[in-house]
Amino acid sequence: MRNALVGASALLFSTPALAASGEAVNPWVAAAYLVAGVLFILALRGLSSPESSRAGNRFGMVGMLIAVVTTLWTHSIASLPEIAGAIAIGGVIGFVIARRIAMTDMPQLVAAFHSLVGLAAVLVGIAAYLNPGAFGILDATGEILTVSRVELGLGVAIGAITFSGSVIAFLKLNGNMSGAPIMLPLRHVINLGVLAAIIGLTAYFAIAPTVGTGAIFWTIVGLSFLIGFLLIIPIGGADMPVVVSMLNSYSGWAAAAMGFTLGNTAMIITGALVGSSGAILSYIMCKAMNRSFISVIAGGFGADSGPSEGAAKIDRPWKRGSAEDAAYMMKQAENVIIIPGYGMAVAQAQHALREMGDMLKEQGVGVKYAIHPVAGRMPGHMNVLLAEANVPYDEVFELEDINSEFAQADVAFIIGANDVVNPAAKTDKGSPIYGMPVFDVDKAKTIFFVKRSMGGVGYAGVDNEVFYMDQTMMLLSDAKKMCEEIVKAL
Amino acid sequence: MDFISILSIFVMACFVGYYVVWSVTPALHTPLMAVTNAISSVIIVGALIAAAAGSQADGGQTAKWLGLVGVVLASVNIFGGFAVTERMLAMYKKKERK
Repeated sequence: MRNALVGASALLFSTPALAASGEAVNPWVAAAYLVAGVLFILALRGLSSPESSRAGNRFGMVGMLIAVVTTLWTHSIASLPEIAGAIAIGGVIGFVIARRIAMTDMPQLVAAFHSLVGLAAVLVGIAAYLNPGAFGILDATGEILTVSRVELGLGVAIGAITFSGSVIAFLKLNGNMSGAPIMLPLRHVINLGVLAAIIGLTAYFAIAPTVGTGAIFWTIVGLSFLIGFLLIIPIGGADMPVVVSMLNSYSGWAAAAMGFTLGNTAMIITGALVGSSGAILSYIMCKAMNRSFISVIAGGFGADSGPSEGAAKIDRPWKRGSAEDAAYMMKQAENVIIIPGYGMAVAQAQHALREMGDMLKEQGVGVKYAIHPVAGRMPGHMNVLLAEANVPYDEVFELEDINSEFAQADVAFIIGANDVVNPAAKTDKGSPIYGMPVFDVDKAKTIFFVKRSMGGVGYAGVDNEVFYMDQTMMLLSDAKKMCEEIVKAL
Repeated sequence: MDFISILSIFVMACFVGYYVVWSVTPALHTPLMAVTNAISSVIIVGALIAAAAGSQADGGQTAKWLGLVGVVLASVNIFGGFAVTERMLAMYKKKERK
């Protein structure tokens, strides 16, 4: 690789005319960007299993290094100290944040990072518009190429949407802004109008003569910031996993659009990878909640929480258990399936829970963890939280892999989860969560349900039949305290 | 490169992305998001070009500063994204067999 880079630079310096055009005409340069793109593919490929994942991450880093070095090498740099300073400042900030962030705050961090990609895309787009010569997008008459104008318009638009949307998602996830949907009157009309205006203006920007297009370009930028904001405010906290995935996808498309402008293979490959990745994750999340993508985007979910439900709830009989009961029953059991939900993470109970699992394993009990795709605040979030608490990943199972095992399970231990074990999703057509895939906990011989009080309901605001089943014992306490008490009783 | 060859690369990469991402284990979806975040910051290439160009054109000076800000933002993402992914992946351990 090093030789290739040296070769690339040598070739380039011998043909100064090419350097001025800014396009990767030089085959060595094009090859270097291609290698970077392939390394990014390998980075994602590595994530197919935890063993290969760290090597994958290294591939990603090498790919990025190649892309940056190639770019610096092939452009006559007027300001290397400034660039080095900028990289150092950003690098230190990024590194410190990455080291300090709590794993429970991962969704906010990812949203914040997406906003940076979006803003960077907007800045690059504006820079390309102001100084098109440096980006090699001028035609013979000194105008910006038509195709480049379309790409620029789309690039800044997607980038701006990613930025303002991610900022709202960050504020909602971080609790700076209420998770409740904010519903503007006529919002669908407004949103569609703004989107249509952006598309129309981009088309006009492409065909209009360059003189006077400044206003159009800035309007596209402004409207795109606005639409990102408008699109995310009506979406409730429960749907944030989909939103974060969707913004992940947008940040990819923004990078791809800029890649088209620059004719840069590394950017195009990356953009396509990230774009598909976000789209697939959004799809997985929607499916796990049995919601259509359109209904998530339309927003408003979680605004009205089942008014008809409340009345019948109070007077049904249920059984209360103690930590000693749970310890005794689980010690006797042959196998226990633990179902953690986000409430467990909120109570910071993951370490106490793992300790409980370890004690049970020492006593010869088979312990497995069952994770629903929407168990955390973003795709795979619960797996990270358990991994942080030193739960081995081969004891953690996904919904479809473990659901058949509940029929043989002696104990199902539900902690901080609710909607994902609600049988109403299978039986009650009128329920708002009907059709959502859920764990068949009702098939287990005994169920322990750790919950702070009988009053609260899950995100969807639905009562849960499992509370009142014969084999269910409610463990009403803080999740962390309950796990610690069970550990003591073991 | 002409538009159609760039488009071909893009379409092929979308298919590659589709199959590669489906092969990612659900347990690693959070690291997936973190690392895609880091690699989408390859947009730094554009920011570097803007920052590296001198101020020969009218808008060159502004473009340069915008580029530098872009480099800072993208660097936060690159270093932060890869480092946090590394930190998460280091947590995934197999069962110890005694």
